[in-house]
Amino acid sequence: MNKLKIFGLGILISLFLSVTSNADTVRIGTEGAYPPWNSKDASGNLIGFEVELANELCKIMKHDCTIVEQDWDGMIPALLMRKFDAIMAGMSITAERQKTITFSQGYADEVASLAVMKGSSLEGMDTPEGINLSLGGSDVNKALKTLTAALAGKTVCVQTATIHQNFLDSGDVGSVKVRTYKTQDEVNLDLASGRCDAALAAAVAFTDYAEKSGKAVVLTGPTFSGGAFGNGVGVGIRQGGDDKIGKRDAKLLKDFNRAIDKARKQGIISKLAIKHFGFDASM
Amino acid sequence: MDFELMINSFPKLLDATLVTLKLLSLSLFFGLFIGLIFAILRMNKNPIINRFAYGYSYVFRGTPLLVQIFIIYFGLGQIEYLRSTFLWTILKEPYWCAIIAFALNTGAYTSEILRSAFQTIKPGLIEAGKSLGISSKIIFYKIQIPIAIKQSLPAYGNEIILMLKGTSLASTVTLMDLTGVAKYIISTTFKPIEVFIVAGGIYLFMTFLIHNLIKYLEKKYSYQ
Repeated sequence: MNKLKIFGLGILISLFLSVTSNADTVRIGTEGAYPPWNSKDASGNLIGFEVELANELCKIMKHDCTIVEQDWDGMIPALLMRKFDAIMAGMSITAERQKTITFSQGYADEVASLAVMKGSSLEGMDTPEGINLSLGGSDVNKALKTLTAALAGKTVCVQTATIHQNFLDSGDVGSVKVRTYKTQDEVNLDLASGRCDAALAAAVAFTDYAEKSGKAVVLTGPTFSGGAFGNGVGVGIRQGGDDKIGKRDAKLLKDFNRAIDKARKQGIISKLAIKHFGFDASM
Repeated sequence: MDFELMINSFPKLLDATLVTLKLLSLSLFFGLFIGLIFAILRMNKNPIINRFAYGYSYVFRGTPLLVQIFIIYFGLGQIEYLRSTFLWTILKEPYWCAIIAFALNTGAYTSEILRSAFQTIKPGLIEAGKSLGISSKIIFYKIQIPIAIKQSLPAYGNEIILMLKGTSLASTVTLMDLTGVAKYIISTTFKPIEVFIVAGGIYLFMTFLIHNLIKYLEKKYSYQ
């Protein structure tokens, strides 16, 4: 009986130690469901552009890092609850998010695009190739008008809590029916099944899905950047403070910024971007 | 604790509660019919019929509700043939997919509740009816069903409460029910505790109402 107690106590202590001993490890949260940014292989290991980049940045910072998986819709709350110390999950730097957390400089940029199934009436819209909402101008206004007319009454599917949802909710393209999903996978499934008239996400998310699934998903309309789409993708970190953890967070932000500078100069980010996206998405 | 957020999100969550109540009442309505039919089939002497009824309740009680919703929503959506039939007009809508899944699920539990209620009816009551020359059809409608409903009220009340909580899974197939809207508010405010406390409070209040309604009905229909 006594031995059993000691044994049990030993397990408890080791569990406790395993939680506390790595207080100096930097834990990085990612979604693992947004290829090619981050995803999982068949055996459940996290892979993708950001997973490799995170490991490179940690090498430069000389930090021990562990990469933690977290559902997208709980990403920022989990960061705030200190389940991890940094977010690298294709998260765009937006003013709305900056009210709650802070971002490192951007490490990569993506454009968003609408996607439809081949043969859809929304295919081949008469719009410029890309619009930057921050720049504005008559081109942008004309494109938004075309989109508003084309999407009237249509169901457009997006992943929840994304810049893409924010854009549709902003009313820039009128009052479309927005349907939100927990993951991009589910958006893709319902686009293919015909429940969505169109979907909005990072252009690479659709091309990656079309390539891997063989489904006839095609991009349509302009590519979007700026405005609601934010200013590139950066590392999300808690806003620093005066207490011990706050200071550690502030230092982590500096470390990440320096490491991104270095990785950019050495061409690491470009190399990884070309490997995963097929083009240089680094910034 | 952000009390202002709790107060501000309350009206939005209350609106979403209507969606939850609609889902619940429609599922229970269809589920009760399904349950009654399968309870009767379960008592059929033909082994094929009662095995079929048993199989239905076994499968739907033996798999998680979430899996059932996913199979009906995402699974059936993958079958290309189905998308060319009239069924697709119903299955295309997440709303109906959720109701079909909920109704089939609660139907399975209801069939078990009703079956056991039917089986507890004392044979003497039915024999008494027969000896008075009442047809077995009328015995079933006027004696067996009313007694079975009374017998099953406590267990069925439980099932309603479980189903109320089950409707929160509708948010996984894009429906904006109470849980769906709560998640949406969290996704823009990043404050899960405040919003979930309010949403949880609304669920608790609904459970309180259902609980008391059943208690009232039990009292009203008790034998004294």
